[in-house]
Amino acid sequence: MTRRYSALSLFKEGLAGQTGWKQAWRSPEPKPAYDAIVIGGGGHGLATAYYLARNHGIARVAVLEKGWIGGGNTGRNTTVVRSNYYYPESVELYGLAHRLYEGLSKDLNYNVMLSQRGMVNLCHSTAEMEVGARTVNAMQINGIDAELFSPEDVRRVAPIYNFSPDARFPVFGGIWQGRAGTARHDAVAWGYARAASRLGVDIIQNCEITDFVIEGGRCRGVQTTRGTIRADRIGMAVAGHSSVLAAKAGFRLPINSYALQACVSEPVKPILDTVVLSPGTGVYVSQSDKGEIVIGGGLDRIPSYAQRGNLPTLETVIAGLLEMFPIFGQLKLMRQWAGIVDVVPDSSPIIGPSPLPNLFLNCGWGTGGFKAIPAGGTLLANLLATGKHNDISRPFDLDRFATGRLIDEAAGSGIAH
Amino acid sequence: MQLFPCPFCGPRDETEFHYGGDAGNARPDGADVPIDRWAGYLYLRGNPKGSAHEIWVHMTCGEFFVMERDTVTHKVLSSAALGGEHAA
Amino acid sequence: MTASRLTTGGSAIDRSRPIRFNFDGTTVQGFAGDTIASALLANDVAVVGRSFKYHRPRGIWGAGVEEPNALVDVGGPQATPNTRATTEPARDGLVAKSVNATPNALADRNAFLDRFSRFIPAAFYYKTFMWPDWHMFEPRIRAMAGLGKVDTDWTSPGTADQINHHCDVLVVGAGPAGLAAARMAAGAGLSVTLVDDQRNPGGSLGHRAGEIDGKPAAVWIEETVAELAAGGHLILPSTTAFGIYDHNLVGLNQRHLDRRRDTLWRVRPRQIVLATGAIERPLPFANNDLPGILSADAALAYLRRHAVLVGRRIVVATNNDSAYEVASALAEAGADVTLVDIRRDGTPDTPAKVRLVKGRALAAANGKLRVGGVTLDDGTRLDADCVLVSGGCTPTIHLFGQAKGKLTWSEARAAFLPGDPVDGISVAGAAAGAVSLSEVFAGSEKAVASLGQTKAAVPRSTGPEATGGMAAAWPLPGSKGRIWIDYQNDVTVKDIELAARENFVSVEHLKRYTTLGMATDQGKTSNLPGLALMAGITGRTVPEVGTTTYRPPFTPVPLASFAGARVGELMAPVRRLPLENVHRSSGAVFQEYGGWLRPAHYGGRDADAERAIQDEALRARKSVALFDGSTLGKIEVIGPKAAEFVDFLYYNTMSTLKPGRCRYGFMLSENGVVFDDGVLVRLDEHRFVVSCSSSHVTAVHARLEEWRQDRFGRDAVYIHNATSEMATLTVSGPNARKLLEAVGLGLSLDDAALPHMTVGHGSYAGNEVRVTRVSFTGDRSYEISIRADRAEPLWAQLRQAGQAFEAVLIGLEALMILRAEKGFIVIGKDTDGTTLPHDLGSEGPRTKRQTEYVGRRSLFTEEASRNNRMQLVGLTVPQGEAPLPTGAHGIKRENGKLHSQGFVTSSYQSPTLGRPIALGLIERGATRHGETIEIQHLGKVRKAMIAAPCAFDPAGDRLNA
Repeated sequence: MTRRYSALSLFKEGLAGQTGWKQAWRSPEPKPAYDAIVIGGGGHGLATAYYLARNHGIARVAVLEKGWIGGGNTGRNTTVVRSNYYYPESVELYGLAHRLYEGLSKDLNYNVMLSQRGMVNLCHSTAEMEVGARTVNAMQINGIDAELFSPEDVRRVAPIYNFSPDARFPVFGGIWQGRAGTARHDAVAWGYARAASRLGVDIIQNCEITDFVIEGGRCRGVQTTRGTIRADRIGMAVAGHSSVLAAKAGFRLPINSYALQACVSEPVKPILDTVVLSPGTGVYVSQSDKGEIVIGGGLDRIPSYAQRGNLPTLETVIAGLLEMFPIFGQLKLMRQWAGIVDVVPDSSPIIGPSPLPNLFLNCGWGTGGFKAIPAGGTLLANLLATGKHNDISRPFDLDRFATGRLIDEAAGSGIAH
Repeated sequence: MQLFPCPFCGPRDETEFHYGGDAGNARPDGADVPIDRWAGYLYLRGNPKGSAHEIWVHMTCGEFFVMERDTVTHKVLSSAALGGEHAA
Repeated sequence: MTASRLTTGGSAIDRSRPIRFNFDGTTVQGFAGDTIASALLANDVAVVGRSFKYHRPRGIWGAGVEEPNALVDVGGPQATPNTRATTEPARDGLVAKSVNATPNALADRNAFLDRFSRFIPAAFYYKTFMWPDWHMFEPRIRAMAGLGKVDTDWTSPGTADQINHHCDVLVVGAGPAGLAAARMAAGAGLSVTLVDDQRNPGGSLGHRAGEIDGKPAAVWIEETVAELAAGGHLILPSTTAFGIYDHNLVGLNQRHLDRRRDTLWRVRPRQIVLATGAIERPLPFANNDLPGILSADAALAYLRRHAVLVGRRIVVATNNDSAYEVASALAEAGADVTLVDIRRDGTPDTPAKVRLVKGRALAAANGKLRVGGVTLDDGTRLDADCVLVSGGCTPTIHLFGQAKGKLTWSEARAAFLPGDPVDGISVAGAAAGAVSLSEVFAGSEKAVASLGQTKAAVPRSTGPEATGGMAAAWPLPGSKGRIWIDYQNDVTVKDIELAARENFVSVEHLKRYTTLGMATDQGKTSNLPGLALMAGITGRTVPEVGTTTYRPPFTPVPLASFAGARVGELMAPVRRLPLENVHRSSGAVFQEYGGWLRPAHYGGRDADAERAIQDEALRARKSVALFDGSTLGKIEVIGPKAAEFVDFLYYNTMSTLKPGRCRYGFMLSENGVVFDDGVLVRLDEHRFVVSCSSSHVTAVHARLEEWRQDRFGRDAVYIHNATSEMATLTVSGPNARKLLEAVGLGLSLDDAALPHMTVGHGSYAGNEVRVTRVSFTGDRSYEISIRADRAEPLWAQLRQAGQAFEAVLIGLEALMILRAEKGFIVIGKDTDGTTLPHDLGSEGPRTKRQTEYVGRRSLFTEEASRNNRMQLVGLTVPQGEAPLPTGAHGIKRENGKLHSQGFVTSSYQSPTLGRPIALGLIERGATRHGETIEIQHLGKVRKAMIAAPCAFDPAGDRLNA
């Protein structure tokens, strides 16, 4: 069994040249059959496997990853964790994720470096302040720690913002969530992988799904580049590629795939201590514990599966960043990249049974899946274990597109995900 | 920066274009269209990885057209003005 | 004194122009043409910074963009943290500071961390700091983050230029391969752009021996450049191609020797020739990170370009032939040189004055703050004040990789080379694995062969040729000592072994777990040795391990370059009224509304604003108000199917409208949600004007076009957006008609001729005007539309005639009060993205209409038929209370839990009614008039009564008063 992580074990290993550590997760050969298969070795998939084993005692589980675990959007996002949502359904979902994040390092015995340094969504006009008030009130009613910030409050948490009177996007105030922050994205994937592996889950990398095994109208397994693997409960958590798998299973989803870019500056000494989002520029920014300024913005508005960033969007995002923080005009761009995200009409995830019996969905997280990983895992695990929704996942069923009961956060709060 | 061929203006920067959806997603009319069919029209997408058949609009000239392109390589395969019929 | 400047030589420096600059508080002397690094070396400054994690002393490693170590913060208006000293020109008066060092590079107080390195290996932080809580530890760890410092007093020296450029052939790299390719492409009659990241063209020929077409390399370079320049081709020195983006758009970062900010070039070539050269790799041995250990090729560059001799007693360690020229040149320059070659056989001839040790490798470097000697793998110790290493060359194929070019592994070169060609891109020279000049030129010929017949001859190498003999010398598992792979991020062989042990064997996991290659140099010297080591540990080949994804930028690019001129209003332009200046002279206070800059109110700033707004609203009701409504959408729909078209677009039936009349209606989205509202004017049988909300004009226009082209056809309907062509001036109030009659618009304003909801046509000063009797205030109103450029005299005339009626100019804020008194909604404010038309009390078309319209089916879903939908209401508060805060929620308690039951969308003090008014969307609100509910805002709860939305003149008498 893998050695427990602690300051003491690290010290002891230090004396021994760090040679006693075991594999963080095992890489076994796939077995011909499992109790459950999770397609996708990103945060959601790995969390699903972990919670299947931990919450439901189902450990004969395989996580099938076409590349390397955490290599999709889990490893490509801007690492923001928050739960400042408008609708009660969203608050239940993201609130669950947020609470689980707060205990995750100890739960997994893996430091995911959740850094709750707060996040402010700026308001740039009276009208935005009114919507800000509406949003904060909704959150407070739903039990979320939101505050309506004055310009002075914003200045206190982000003193280097452009407060000049002729700023293009002046600050009228903001929506603050103190418990929001960032976490180390790779560590979330690795921590879940290690914990799941310890509970008996098989994590199979370089294993791409080529087709589903469908018998009697039900999904009975998958064909992969590493052979046929059977199970009667199959979950998919393959953000960005959900439509591709859906097509193999014979149905369509209300999803378009888009590239979402992010970029980082060269590392500099600490200068920005919170996460700042401006609806005017569409840019959100934080500084990592390594010192890089981590910059995110809007989607490349061209449906795409190419995991690379493009120049026009990058230019728009950076122009927005410098409008917010002119002193970043001395910094240099070090690295840019992109992930492919599932964009759903109401910007809320799809969690629930698929049109193909035995196959369950966890998709459609748009640009905000990272913050929901613990909840996405918990809920998909529950669906795989019980075959049924619980109260938290039910509103996010695929059927909402027929009933019309969408959960459109952008529509409700005017704030993009 | 991708270059898209507007059938009316020729190759132009991607920033002049706006994506308009799947080609051939015909609208079912009527208040009594089965809801699944309506929801399919409204929300379900092919979202292919690879060759895609899409409606685009060149915002500077205002014309909608059909473009075939590869969503992985971003290679543009063809573009054509809308025919007389519904976008197909 | 060890490193020094020679008294003669140096092709890049101008000894007639001495310069002085400051580094870490001491003065450094140099010459024009020096880089910061070459000047520091000439002044024998060995320690120039500290590494990221262990704060190890760091010296200059290279002479180019690959530099992992020598980063400095450059101060002043050109301030840039983390500037590479090896590429940054030394300027007189420049102030540079070492990074990650307090107080300076030599005496860094965090150097103690290195002593604890065994306890803080790669990724140690994932294994600890969990108890009691990461938040206890993070602040101290975070304080250690970063390398350079942001100058908080910095102000922008101006925007950066951006240039779009087209050419037939873009040649990246002006070394021998690039120059030859450029010349041959030019000879084929093509326009050529040649870029190079160095200040001077020539690439490796700038410091390596070569003779071309019988001439010394320097002469050939000069002639070739002159020929290209004479041919009108563009040559950009100090310019780095940093990215190849979609459809082969190339981004260039051009640096300037004067104070201008870097320029961003977007180049769209027909063909790209990558002649990007290769980068020398380090060799693995213990303490190979000590200052004084340099790339051998860099040492030769410093010698020949800058006349800097990097040491007196030099050990050159190599696994390949290229270091022999280095050893020879340094010996000729007077250094005591020992050449240690790991190969036993097949080595070139021993250079004169050089001591050659064959079949030996370095086991360790000795020294603390700088290297003092080496220990060979047989235990022999050699003194040295400088150690040069050459571990072979890694072709610079980043751009090829960015363009999704596939790589193939070359065992002979021990490197990845470009594989199958990518459309529009060819690779030549050392980047393609060429070693000798003959190979280089053959590659250049091939790279441009497809572009057509060239008149230029293929250059011939006529001198001695470089040879490519080498024996791979990858870091090996189990090696003794601390062997650095990534200098900046402090990744050692042991860290990579640890990663492998813990199953982080995928190359991307390796990178992320250890941070290998994630520093500012992006692993230009470290990636390949790192993954070769991983291959060795896991028993795989290097290509089986693979490479990480190549991502732009190749070298860091100033953020300001990407922003360019998009600063302030140029970043997000506002739309402006034709009469903006007139309003300004009337004391208007402007605010941005939905992208338009509009008068919020006239006079009264800050604390007085509210009083001004109240006064405007009150006076508007008393007599007459003038309002600039030019932002109102005016989209014309023309054609034989125009009536059918507007019927489809609107929720309300519009085809029954008679010519000359107007009708209010909703446009829905296909999901049934109210997208816009406004008045449709029917001018004649086949001509309508769609008046839409100011902020929705572009979107409504796009939507009309889409349906026109998709469903109706180009010949059936024509759409013209006349919004910005016409100004719209609104006259509203009991005296509106009298005022207009005083102005005289050449049409009858008699209520029989021009009743409410009709349109009339007149003229003013020879210009056609369209007068629409619609009202957003509830009072008698006339909207006068006139050519935008003729609006000013009309506005002046309206104001003049208005004096007799004490007419008041009103801004948008007063208008918002007036319309809210009437219960008139603003889409997006009094509705949200879920509001359906029947939520606003418009049930008729939904239940009665038989014809098709946008969004119809969505009005009959489960959700649309829900009986507890939020509906538009008015909200009143007890006498004497302040207005409700907009954004406050109606609350209810169910099972002890608080729930929202809707919210306040608009709220004002009504000066006319002398009490607060409000609109809201409240659950089942339409059926709950008279009910009192609790309203919560920021934790405080008040009471309000649900009422009808219209609070003023519900019978509508004032429309005709």
